[in-house]
Order: sequence, then structure tokens, then C-alpha cells
Amino acid sequence: MAEDFAELLAGAVQRRFGESARVLDLKALSGGASAETWRFDVETPDARSPLILQRMAGAGQFEASLDRALQAKVQSAAFEGGVPVAPVRFVLDDADRMGNGYVMARIEGETLGPRILKLDELASARADMTQQCGSILARIHRLDTRSLPPLPTRSARESLESMRAIYRRLGAELPVFELALQWLEDHLPAPIGTSLVHGDFRLGNLIVGPDGIRAVLDWEMAHIGDPAEDLGWICVPSWRFGQLEREVGGFGDLQDLMTSYESAGGIGVDSERVRFWQVFGCLKWGLVCLFFAFQFLNGDVPLLERAVIGRRTSETELDLLMLMRAE
Amino acid sequence: MPSNRPTSAELLDAVQKFLKAEVLPGLSGSAKYHVQVALTALGIVGRETEGAAQLDAAERARLDNLLHIEGSREALNRLLCAKIRERQLTYRDAALIEHLRLTTMGKMSIDNPKYATYLHMQGP
Repeated sequence: MAEDFAELLAGAVQRRFGESARVLDLKALSGGASAETWRFDVETPDARSPLILQRMAGAGQFEASLDRALQAKVQSAAFEGGVPVAPVRFVLDDADRMGNGYVMARIEGETLGPRILKLDELASARADMTQQCGSILARIHRLDTRSLPPLPTRSARESLESMRAIYRRLGAELPVFELALQWLEDHLPAPIGTSLVHGDFRLGNLIVGPDGIRAVLDWEMAHIGDPAEDLGWICVPSWRFGQLEREVGGFGDLQDLMTSYESAGGIGVDSERVRFWQVFGCLKWGLVCLFFAFQFLNGDVPLLERAVIGRRTSETELDLLMLMRAE
Repeated sequence: MPSNRPTSAELLDAVQKFLKAEVLPGLSGSAKYHVQVALTALGIVGRETEGAAQLDAAERARLDNLLHIEGSREALNRLLCAKIRERQLTYRDAALIEHLRLTTMGKMSIDNPKYATYLHMQGP
């Protein structure tokens, strides 16, 4: 199987880089249930390029996500708009017979949240990261939506109804989640002008080096919606990796994030709007944990890891109680 | 209990020690990661075996109090969910919040007692 894959990839590379191009150092980076990532170099007579291939795998997803071709288009538009992202090299097509995926430049750096918060060599990066996140998010949200492919639109109301439907479909009875749905209903922000929303902007999806954030990854949840969604999501306690007191991703303060977001031209958002999306994000991650538990239990994804993440649902229940109490 | 020693708790403890001392040091990469995930699962099993019965009983007693009705823990929880959906109980209800705080802190003492919010909410 691996040999087949290597041959198919060599063919795909030669169709784009010429007959003499060779694939070197092919290595699987992760075999997640919903995506797989490969790293390799392409050598041509005059250059050697470090690349990444991301392919969609089979398992069911929590929410509908963009297919890879669409994701590549959004990523390219973000690149054109000055957002730090890996430049897209090519999108797989039918002739490649490798499914749905695309190849981008490989950018070196750290992606694991706990390591980004701990490593000594990233101390200088951490000092600037809040400000950087503010200006990157402002750029994403100010992208001209006419430069983007057609994307799903999700308002706050639609997002809430989608979470409610997922929760009901799972059939769980969790009083804290019921209460969070009630709280969100009462705190729905007024409709706001629509922007590109990254949809999963947090540590884990950022490549960080000593010089700061080098690239924003994983555009598969991108959609058109309320820009405060991205600010709330990176403030979800689960993405602070133990550094609870630093509200922004375990490294920064929300006020600093909002100040740099605004001074970089971000859309006017107030802290109440961000708080709605923070509670929403917390519930959403809780529902993902619950979804993983059910995927394990019904045999769709019989992985121990999924089973154990299922037990992390209670972390989000406690976080929701903490956030709703701070009324 | 009709079983001989070692007890299930003692067996579990032996398996955890074996994995940590004999298996983990020889592993790297994905195999190491998955044994760590397995140890996380075994940790949950150990804490649940030890503490769940008491936590369940306390939760049921609180539910009796809150809903003024007797029933199994599962039935009372379903009723509690329905009352929240129908807004007979809301997030402004202090007794409800206190019940949910105690219940969730109990769950966390089994699922992940190292979680930052759990440690934070235990504080003074």
C-alpha cells in the first residue's frame, strides 16, 4: 500500500514538476481519522523543495468541512491577502488517483500547544504572539470576500442551532450542556457584517518559530460569519493547555488581543460578543469530545484515543460552569 | 467478594506499574504515545472503581433535593435536563449551579484531576 502511494505521488509530482523530478524522504506525519499528512522533498535539476501533502481520510466528521480543493483556494486567497500561510503548490486531481488533497510548501517550526507554551527558545515568540494573533485575525477578517470561492455562511444563530441539533442527535442528557444552550440563546449577539472566519484558529494550527507565528494551518473549517467567533475560539479554556490564567491560548490577555486586533483594522467587536463565542466554542469542543465517544462506541472509529477523548467532555462542562458564572 | 487476592484494584495497580516501568522506557513515537493514552484510560478506571459509588449517591441525594422527587440518578438527570430545556430552571438559579458544580467536580476527580480548571475551582 505504502509503495503504491509513493508511486502515485511520484506520478503526481512529475506531472507538475517535470519528468526528472524525484520524491525524496517521504514520511507520514500523522494518520488521524479524518485527515492524513505526509512530508517529502521534491528534487528537480535546479532545486529541492520541502513539501507537505494533506489528504482527506474516510471517517465521518463532526461538522461539514471544506473539501481540500476549496480549502486550497481559501488558503491561497489568505496568502494573497498577506496572512502568513504556506503557499499552495498544487491540488490533487482525478488523474492523480489519490483522492481529495493538496500539496503546499513545508514551513518548519513548532505546532504542539504545550511545547509552544513551554520551550525556552520560543519565549520571545510568546511575548509577541498576542499582538501577532490580533493583526493576523484582522487581516483574515478584512479579506475581500469576493476574492474567495463560495463558502458556507453561518451566523451566530445558525451556529447555535447547528450545535443544538448535533447535541440532540447524539442523544446524550447533560444538564450543563442544556444550560449552556440556554445561556447562548439569551446572549446571542446582534447580526454583524460578515467576514471570512478561519474557524479553528488556536495553538495546534499555528506554526511557531523563535521569530513568532510563521503560518496559519488547517483552513478546512473556514466559513463566512461573525469575526468574533475566531477571537472567542482561541480563548476557550481547552486551548490554554494548562495555563488557565492566560485567557488567549495560554499566552495572552484578551484585552491585549482586542487592542491589537482593533489597531490592525479588525472589525469592531466588543468583549460581550467575544464571550458569547468563547462559551459557544467551549460547548462546541465538548460536543466534539462527545461525538468522539460515540464514534468509538458505535464502532465507526474504534480507536482508544477516541475513547479517552470522550472522557474529556467533563472538562468542558467544568469550563462552561466557570465561564457562565463569570456573569 | 468471591474473588481471591489480588483484588481488581491491586491487579490494575500492577498493570499500571508494569506499563510505566517495563514498557514505556523502550518505546518512542506513536507506540509510546498510545501506551500513554492507555495509561490515561487505566487511571480513569482506577479512580472510578474507587470513588464512583459515593459520588453517584451524593449526586442522587442532591437531585432529590433539587427536584423534590425520588428516582434513579439517570431518571432524575433526564428530568433535570427537561426542566432546563423548558426554562423551569435557568443559569441564574444558584442552587442548580451549585449542584452542577459539585457533580462536575466529582466527574473531574475521576476523569482528569490534573485539569487546570479543576485545580482552580478547588482553590480558596
